[in-house]
Amino acid sequence: MSRASVRAWYLVHKWTSLACTLFLLMLCVTGLPLIFHDEIDAALGEAPTMVGSGSSGEGPGLLPLDTMVAKALEARPGEVPLFMAFDNESPLLTVTTGPSPEAPADRMTIQLFNRSTGMPAGTAGEGGVMDVILQLHTDMFLGLFGMLFLGAMGLLFVVALVSGVVLYGPFMRKLDFGTLRVSRSRRLKWLDYHNLLGIVAFAWMLVVGSTGVINALATPILKIWQMNELAEMTRAYQGRAPLPPSRYGSLDRAMAEARRALPGNNPQFIAFPGGAFSSKHHYAVFFQGATPLTERLLTPALIDAETGTLTDARPMPWYTQALTLSQPLHFGDYGGLPLKLLWAALTLFTTVVLGSGVYLWLGRRRAPLDQRVREVESGGRLTPVPAE
Amino acid sequence: MIRSSWALPLLIAAASIVGLVAALTGDGWRDALSWAGLAVPVAATAWAMRVRRS
Repeated sequence: MSRASVRAWYLVHKWTSLACTLFLLMLCVTGLPLIFHDEIDAALGEAPTMVGSGSSGEGPGLLPLDTMVAKALEARPGEVPLFMAFDNESPLLTVTTGPSPEAPADRMTIQLFNRSTGMPAGTAGEGGVMDVILQLHTDMFLGLFGMLFLGAMGLLFVVALVSGVVLYGPFMRKLDFGTLRVSRSRRLKWLDYHNLLGIVAFAWMLVVGSTGVINALATPILKIWQMNELAEMTRAYQGRAPLPPSRYGSLDRAMAEARRALPGNNPQFIAFPGGAFSSKHHYAVFFQGATPLTERLLTPALIDAETGTLTDARPMPWYTQALTLSQPLHFGDYGGLPLKLLWAALTLFTTVVLGSGVYLWLGRRRAPLDQRVREVESGGRLTPVPAE
Repeated sequence: MIRSSWALPLLIAAASIVGLVAALTGDGWRDALSWAGLAVPVAATAWAMRVRRS
């Protein structure tokens, strides 16, 4: 690689890293406990344990959905239902309500129920410490702006990763893989750690970084789906006034109709009219795929919320599927505790890469650029000397 | 030692990707494969810290 191109990549690496490092450090620190949110919630006694057949099924002993909605509204008088979510393994069922069909996320209340007994099991997201951490990690309490901002930081992180790997080539030209020269100088030690941890964790950081960017784009992605595919599926309803909640029909009838349209699959959640996941006139019943491989790929059946008849059922387009697949790949919660522990280890690696990067920059930022480029090319043999 | 600077990094990246994807496609042995795949970058670091420190 020519010196000019090493120099160009060095500058790309330096500036993209510097711009995002502080936020990435925050994301690592908040992300670490979030990996274990299930375990932490259980330890804090905030996660109800229920035994019985999955609330997404049709098994005997499961209460009607209309009953569950009525129970949720009884606890939140005057509110309207927004979402209902199911579980495949236990009778846990959540009902989200809000003051109006278009209520923003921070005005929503998520109630947990046991669909076998009908007993309430608390509410989710009540400002506990894990909720604060999650909010910091998602949008820093700045709403859509915060989300998009962190998405932009994630994009810079991805560019920093790629440029870092490009620089790894000339740096390692005369070095064996895994070289850690810890006894010569502190700078050389951290330079070697920066390169080693950066290269071994590269694929993981790239995937977690880019799926984080996709997750940060959730709001615009759903908007695009609403304006295109969803609008096309519900064309006949265009121009009609929104359906008032007082005219919502039976949810059980709607679910039966949806199951007829997509037999053999289990619902993951129902979006009520007016929210980001439905039209203003439909219950959108989102079904999971039938096999483990397709379980995360959702297909909505749109049921007229008033009459309970099917309007349309189509698989989600590629860009919302990308969003759905990005969630597990970002959270690391899809392969049991060992996967979470590895996720945590790689998060720590990332933190060290970020921290050592700042240290390396701070130490020699006054040295001439040429010398800093030569340090990379020489595998750290030539140390830049700060100008007086 | 392997001459190319890229041989081991490519292997580690490939193992990581297999690890990331395997558990998405199902449970059981796919979970185990995913632990094995993502253990590779961690193991490589542990190896370097034992063997390559100088």
